Amino acid sequence: MATEAHGAGEPGLVFHPMDQFMVKPLFGDGAVGVFTLTNVTLWMALTVLAIIALLVMGTSRRATIPTRTQSVAELLYDFVRKMVEDVAGKDALVFFPYIMTLFLFILFANFLGLLPMAFTTTSHIAVTAVMAVMVFLTVTIVGFVKHGAGFLGLFWVSSAPLALRPVLALIEVISYFVRPVSHSIRLAGNMMAGHAVVKVFAAFAPMILISTGIGIVVTPLSILAISTIYALEVLVAFIQAYVFTILTCVYLKDALHPSH
Amino acid sequence: MASETHDAAGQAASTPGLPQLDFSTFGNQIFWLLVTLVVIYFVLSRIALPRIAAVLAERKGAITNDLAAAEDLKAKAVEAEQAYLKALADARAEAQTIVGQAKAEIKAELDAATAKADAEIAARAAEGEQKIADIRASAMDSVKEVAVAAAAEIVAVMGGKADAKTVGAAVADRMKG
Amino acid sequence: MEGDIVQMGAYIGAGLACMGMGGAAMGVGNVAGNFLAGALRNPSAAAGQTATLFIGIAFAEALGIFSFLVALLLMFAV
Repeated sequence: MATEAHGAGEPGLVFHPMDQFMVKPLFGDGAVGVFTLTNVTLWMALTVLAIIALLVMGTSRRATIPTRTQSVAELLYDFVRKMVEDVAGKDALVFFPYIMTLFLFILFANFLGLLPMAFTTTSHIAVTAVMAVMVFLTVTIVGFVKHGAGFLGLFWVSSAPLALRPVLALIEVISYFVRPVSHSIRLAGNMMAGHAVVKVFAAFAPMILISTGIGIVVTPLSILAISTIYALEVLVAFIQAYVFTILTCVYLKDALHPSH
Repeated sequence: MASETHDAAGQAASTPGLPQLDFSTFGNQIFWLLVTLVVIYFVLSRIALPRIAAVLAERKGAITNDLAAAEDLKAKAVEAEQAYLKALADARAEAQTIVGQAKAEIKAELDAATAKADAEIAARAAEGEQKIADIRASAMDSVKEVAVAAAAEIVAVMGGKADAKTVGAAVADRMKG
Repeated sequence: MEGDIVQMGAYIGAGLACMGMGGAAMGVGNVAGNFLAGALRNPSAAAGQTATLFIGIAFAEALGIFSFLVALLLMFAV
């Protein structure tokens, strides 16, 4: 950024809103290879550990009257299962572990990314794109396996007038292929945007150290803004996980019941 | 970015632009993501989800069983109440019959006693009347005798002469009237 | 000098792209407001439609995120 370039030597506000998203090796300063242990590895491992702690350790007592942790795990289970059943139908329950995996990974990565100094794995387009493409491929393959060429009926809107159908089919095909793009960018963009905004406000917070006059107004305002945006981000972290999952269910419904 | 060329100290120098668009790290991220997802998938599908499903099913079963047991107990309680009520009604009816019997017995006894007493009273009364009648008759006779005697005396005193028969008839005549 | 003009253009473009976020805000508000209006008319049907609400919000919001992304790309990647 310009500030950073021109004000490197003198005291001033330092904006590095994007530095938090940098992928760095955990040990040393070398290049990032495919198998290098990076902060991505660290935070994904923490995600896995958190999931295991909640869903495996939390339920280890198999109590009929659940403890607090166990009821949270059961709540998540019921929540996703009901979502899959309501949106995609009973025959989609085969994919329940798959959808639960995506949901839990996104949910926990989002929440862990909200910790100070954390790295948000879901803010990277590479990560979300892989998941979106996985969903896209699953949906397409399941659709063709279940319905064969009949799956193409999804693009042929039989309720529209005949003259309009080719145009609609073209639009439907384009929107079908845009799905993984919007699916992945929605999640990554939401995460990136929220965290970058928090960082920008955080950069304004030390204003009082530079200029007491301006800082007395700006510093409390920016701290208030950080708190507000942070609260919003907690909400967004959950909603985006929910949205990603429910869109997966909606796409899956298209594959299982293309006629509706 | 233009500033990169001037930027000597900033960390941004090593990565051009957005970290998200740094393709050199994509392989690393995708690799670890796949590892993570596979691990989560196996943990969930092998351990966590079956366990939670089992717990939920067990709870559902326990709740259904408890509800059924409660229903059973309720039915039993209703049954017991009915039996109690029936026993109560039976007891009441029996008591009623016993009371009726006793009443009838007592009444019969009473009736008999009353009849006996009545008969006795009637007998006594008849006896008493008889006595009274006797007394009255004897009293009448005495009065007649006295009256005859008194009348004969009075006639004698008056200087008349009267035979006993006439006097007696007159007295009897008078007494009747 | 030439680079500075390019940078200026990129920054102006980033600012313009941010206007799209206002549109997304209006869209999200529209979705939520209409949902609320419908929910108040028929509260019994509202519970079943929250999933639809979130999907609608997600679609409306995604477009705002796209404009934010364009702004970020102009600022950092061009």
